Amino acid sequence: METLYAVTTGVLSACGLYLTLRGRTFPVVVGLTLLSYAVNLFLFSMGGLTTDGPALVHGEGVYADPLPQALVLTAIVIGFAMTAFVVILAMRARSELGNDQVDGKKEDRE
Amino acid sequence: MTLLWIALLPLLGVLVPLMAGRRSRLTCSLATMVAPAIALGLTLWQIPSLNAGESLRFFADWLPELGLALAFRLDGLSLLFNLLILGIGLLILLYAHFYLSEEEPVGRFYSFLMLFMASMVGISLSNNLLLLWLFWELTSLSSFLLIGFWSHQNDARKGARMALTVTGAGGLALLAGILLLGDIVGSFDMDQVLASGALIVEDARYPVMLTLVLLGAFTKSAQFPFQFWLPNAMAAPTPVSAYLHSATMVKAGIFLMARLHPALSDSALWQLVVPIVGMITLLYGAWFAFLKTDLKGILAFSTVSHLGLITVLLGIGTPMAVLAALFHILNHATFKAALFMISGIIDHEAGTRELKMLGRLRKTMPITALLLTLAAASMAGVPLFNGFLSKEMFLTETLESPLLGGLSWLMPVLATIASILSVGYSVRLVIAVCIKKPRQPSPKAPHEPPRMMRLPVEILVGLCLLVGILPAFMATGLLSLASQAVLQEPLDFHLSIWHGFKLPLLMSVVAFVIGGALYWQHAHLRKFKESFAPVDAARVFERALVSLGQRCEQLIAVWDGQSLQRYMGWLLLATFIMGAIGLSQITELTGDLGNQPVDGIVVLGAVMLIFGGLATAITHRYRLISLLMLSVVGLFVALTFARFSAPDLALTQLSVEVVTMILLMLALFFLPQKTPPESSAKRNLRDIVLAGGLGGVVASLNYAVMTRESFSISQFFMDNSVPGGGGHNVVNVILVDFRGFDTLGEITVLALAGLAIFKLLNRLRLFIPHSDSEGRIWSPDRYPAILTSISLALLPLALLVSAFIFLRGHNEPGGGFIAGLITAVALILLYMARGVEWTQQRLDFPFQPVAVVGVAVATLTGLGSWLFGHPFLTSAFGYFSLPVVGKFELATALLFDLGVYLAVVGATLMILANLGKVTTAHRPAVNATKSDDAGTNKESL
Repeated sequence: METLYAVTTGVLSACGLYLTLRGRTFPVVVGLTLLSYAVNLFLFSMGGLTTDGPALVHGEGVYADPLPQALVLTAIVIGFAMTAFVVILAMRARSELGNDQVDGKKEDRE
Repeated sequence: MTLLWIALLPLLGVLVPLMAGRRSRLTCSLATMVAPAIALGLTLWQIPSLNAGESLRFFADWLPELGLALAFRLDGLSLLFNLLILGIGLLILLYAHFYLSEEEPVGRFYSFLMLFMASMVGISLSNNLLLLWLFWELTSLSSFLLIGFWSHQNDARKGARMALTVTGAGGLALLAGILLLGDIVGSFDMDQVLASGALIVEDARYPVMLTLVLLGAFTKSAQFPFQFWLPNAMAAPTPVSAYLHSATMVKAGIFLMARLHPALSDSALWQLVVPIVGMITLLYGAWFAFLKTDLKGILAFSTVSHLGLITVLLGIGTPMAVLAALFHILNHATFKAALFMISGIIDHEAGTRELKMLGRLRKTMPITALLLTLAAASMAGVPLFNGFLSKEMFLTETLESPLLGGLSWLMPVLATIASILSVGYSVRLVIAVCIKKPRQPSPKAPHEPPRMMRLPVEILVGLCLLVGILPAFMATGLLSLASQAVLQEPLDFHLSIWHGFKLPLLMSVVAFVIGGALYWQHAHLRKFKESFAPVDAARVFERALVSLGQRCEQLIAVWDGQSLQRYMGWLLLATFIMGAIGLSQITELTGDLGNQPVDGIVVLGAVMLIFGGLATAITHRYRLISLLMLSVVGLFVALTFARFSAPDLALTQLSVEVVTMILLMLALFFLPQKTPPESSAKRNLRDIVLAGGLGGVVASLNYAVMTRESFSISQFFMDNSVPGGGGHNVVNVILVDFRGFDTLGEITVLALAGLAIFKLLNRLRLFIPHSDSEGRIWSPDRYPAILTSISLALLPLALLVSAFIFLRGHNEPGGGFIAGLITAVALILLYMARGVEWTQQRLDFPFQPVAVVGVAVATLTGLGSWLFGHPFLTSAFGYFSLPVVGKFELATALLFDLGVYLAVVGATLMILANLGKVTTAHRPAVNATKSDDAGTNKESL
């Protein structure tokens, strides 16, 4: 199961990173969102993968590590704020510069 | 304590003119004078204790780890400088009251002047090297403000910048020197430093340290080759020139050399470098002062030359030479400040400072002309003036100095040449201004200034005469204290006017005869000078600055491709290399735990996630499809959390997913629907390889960690969640209790992001498309009937659910974050179903305050625990029972969670509702013209 999980995280990171390397703003925002999913999964797995053991303590039992969960929970919300900020920045950039190039230039530099 | 007050009063005085600036100028000027007057009084009050041989110190720790202390000392040297700084400062304030014109902001000027005064007093009183440096930098900054006070003038700006660059660079060198010095001595305490002269001189780092310290002193005191900034700083208002560039700031370098004299001077290096630099400066300044045609220019170069003279004396370093240096500091300050003020008066009343437009002032401004003549006589070193006394001492010292070995005879010869030039420019000043006929008429008819404007000059010239005639009475006390501070032992000396017929007197006589003759040859000498190509220091400096800027730009252009895409590539490559190096260090990727068995659901989830991720990347040019694929990933991430025992995360992810998708859809409406193919195949391949490589690193890292035993601090949270936090849901208890401070930070960030977006959307001008990328016009059915009716019915239910989730959060999955998101989604659904106008009418309040109130509630909850004497964010809880409802729990954490809830609702709606407003407020009519291309052919607002 760990192998499968790790491969999934890796693929999601790779796809997200590939998109962040694009030259237009929208794919970059999508890429960042994808990357933040991957990172959240990665962080979440730092406490190990537990089946049927939510950290609701009622006596003895096997519980999932609550600390990564708490960290990831805030990370998800902050990630949303960041995505929102970046995408609106992209809109603003388009309205100011007239194009949606990451570098704010019309001509392709490659 | 008195010392602290002497240092603090001028600093507090900075605020006085700012507050009194709106009153009449007289009130403002008088109010400003109070603080320095008291400080001067306090300084004078200390003289009896100084005479009694007490050592006056003040000490308070500031940053003891760095060796910085708020330490002051008042000895003879500080006394001499304090009297100059505060005394002349007061006269300058009086003078500036008349000098500045009505419309100029006098409050600002005074406050800069007071800042400068405070920093000079700080330098003179500092008993800690670092503190001294701090005040030293403050003088550079405040003098920059003062020189550039007339900021509308190009000269003033450039002169100020040049002064700041030179003295600022010198300040950095000085800092390095001071750090080295402190390292050698082992302390930054001045008393210790001054007592360790032998240790310092023998240290191997001494030459480097001395060079750095002297760089600081030479730049500040305009010694060759840094003299060029001083004449260019003459663009300043004349009170500034009189104060900074004659009496005080340029003396700071001299002060430093005098202050550190016991520690540094006892070496061959000092005795070689300092006199030679001083001598060059002395001659250079005198020569150019003789040739200048601008009144202030003459005075500026003459100042450079006199500073050189003092430097020579400090370099010679015998007790009598030090005494002469200190005496000349005093004398030069009095006559040069007077001369600067006179030049300001002439400028003020005749409208020019050019010699060719001035003349015959003994007819039009008789008193001023007399004062000028007297002050210039002192500058030339005429007997019965104070300048004569210190100059005689100087000439005596050069005769007796053996510093240059077999070439020591050069010193008196050069000194005599400098005296000749000094007599020459003084004579020229007096004759050109007072006696000769002007060659051109001056812009204004010259007349006497107001009585009180002349008063400071009269006081200073009076002092020149008094000290000159009664030196033993006027100056002995002060000088014996000051020389004792520098030499660290009492010096027996006698100041007198008449020393008998000796060689120095002959040198003076020679200087007067030849200097007077030189004046008649002035025209020839000017021609001789003009046969050289002129070197304008300001020009050279500006050109150097510009070329430095260009070099930097070239260097940056080499490194910086101006492309974020490229930055990103380099960043990822660096991350990849570091990650790969780290991974290559571990011997085996799989740890001890190994794999858990796989089941079908997990495989399905993984396949969907991988498919969704790849599809998002592959279809990225078709943005809407890519977005849909992204939402698949988001949903399956939520399911993954649910599968692996994280219900809170699953709920959060699910609701964030909804909000994110709405946000990105809205944004996509304003952005091109498709990405044109523009990356070359080569670039694509490179990006795929890079991203794939990093993905591999991430996967390996993740696998390596998961298959190893983890050592978590979570057991503490598990054990203390119920007894300490009163909640069974450990994740929520961590968020609102154990790590509440983190959460507070996070909701603050959230609220800030919301506010920033609100600001970004303000006055946003966007292209609003009529149709999608295929040219299809948007559906005319804006508010579908089913959605409209369902959304209304759903709202109370959704709000109820969110209240439920919120309340149970402490014990079951839920909490403020999730509840807030659910509320936000419910309200947004209303916006989508009914439109902005309809919803706005019913939800008639802005969302910004909601978010701010949320953060405030959370913060206040945390602060509340202070009232009960507990640390910030300590939580309390208790169980209560009500009839019907039964037993329930109340915790302060719930209040904190309420803050979280409000912040999330406020921020989310601030983002989405405001963005929605942009969409609908200006939405074009449905039947508008069709457009064929989404990217280019859109109607502009």
